[in-house]
Amino acid sequence: MNFDAHAASGAIYGHDDSGRPHATLQGYLIGFGLSVVLTAIPFWLVISGVIAHRGATAVLILALAAVQIVVHMVYFLHMNARSESGWSMMALIFTIVLVVIALTGSLWIMFHLSANMMPDAATMRGMP
Amino acid sequence: MTTSTLAAPRYTAETRYTVETDDPVQPRGTVEAPAFYVLDEHAHGEGYSTMLGFWLYLMSDCLLFSGLFATYGVLGGNYAAGPSPRDLFDLPLVALNTTMLLLSSITYGFAMLAVQKDNIAWTQLWLAITAFFGLCFIGIELYEFSDFIREGATPQRSAFLSSFFTLVGTHGLHVTAGLIWMATLMAQVWRHGLIEANRRRLMCLSMFWHFLDVVWIGVFTFVYLMGTLR
Repeated sequence: MNFDAHAASGAIYGHDDSGRPHATLQGYLIGFGLSVVLTAIPFWLVISGVIAHRGATAVLILALAAVQIVVHMVYFLHMNARSESGWSMMALIFTIVLVVIALTGSLWIMFHLSANMMPDAATMRGMP
Repeated sequence: MTTSTLAAPRYTAETRYTVETDDPVQPRGTVEAPAFYVLDEHAHGEGYSTMLGFWLYLMSDCLLFSGLFATYGVLGGNYAAGPSPRDLFDLPLVALNTTMLLLSSITYGFAMLAVQKDNIAWTQLWLAITAFFGLCFIGIELYEFSDFIREGATPQRSAFLSSFFTLVGTHGLHVTAGLIWMATLMAQVWRHGLIEANRRRLMCLSMFWHFLDVVWIGVFTFVYLMGTLR
C-alpha cells in the first residue's frame, strides 16, 4: 500500500484492515442456522437421554460446544488470521492457551487434592 | 602518535553530519545520518486502534470467565447435602433462554448490516429488537434465580450454588451492562446519526454482544447440560 492510499484511508477511518469487516446477510444467516442446530443437538441429547453412556454424552456436547464457539467466532465476530495484521488471532490463541491451562490445571490439581487428602465419610467411619 | 585522521562527526540540525577525512575512499562532504526508527510516521485516524484494544479487553474478560468456570468445575460437585443440578435445573427454560440470546445475536447482526447501508431507522429498529431479546434473557434468568432462592437454593447453601450464582450472575451482569450500553448508543444514534464515532461504538458493542453469546455457549454446556449429566 503506498503512502497516498494509506493516508486517504487513514483520513476516513484508520486502516482498511482495522477490524472493520464487511458483514454480509448470508454470513449471519449461515452462522445463525449452524448455531441453532449446534444448540438444539446437545439439549436434545441431554433431555431425551438417547445415549445411555453419560461420559460419551458429555464428550459429545463439549465437542459440539467447541464447534459452535468456532462458528460464532467466524460468522458473528468475523475472526480471521488477517484482521489487525494477525494480532487479533495472536491474542486469541494466547487467551485460549491460558484458558486451557487454567481449566485443566485447576480441575487436575483439585481432583488429586480431594482424592489424596479428603477422606470421605465411609473411610472415616472405621477410624478410631 | 599524533591526531587521528578521522575527526569526530559534527551533528547538525538537519540530522546530517560531516566527516572530515583524508581517506580517499570515504567521500568528503555530508552523509545521511543513520535512522534508528521509522521516520515517516504517518498520522492515524481517530480510533484506528480501538478495535484491537477492545478485542484485547474481550480476551481479558475471557480470562475472568475462565477463572469462574474453573471455580465451578472444582466446586460444582460439592452440594453440602443440598440440592443438586439435577434437582434444580429446568432444561427447557434454559433452552428458551439460549434461544433468546441467539436471536439477539442475529438481530444485532441485522443492525450492523443496516449500519453498513447507512439506514438509521432500521439500525434503531434492530437495536430495539436486540434489546428486547436481551431483556427477555435477563428476565428469564432472574425468574430462574428467584425460583431457586424460593426453594432454598441460595448462593450460601452450598459451594456448588455459590460458584453457580457467581458464574451465571457475572454473565448476566455483562448482558445487563450490554443493554445499558445499547440504550446509550440508541440515544447517540438518535442524536447524532451514524457518524464515524457511533459506527465505531456500535462495532465494539457488536463484538461485546457476540462475545457474551460465546460465553453463554460455555455456560449452558458446562453448567446446565454437564450438571444435569453429573
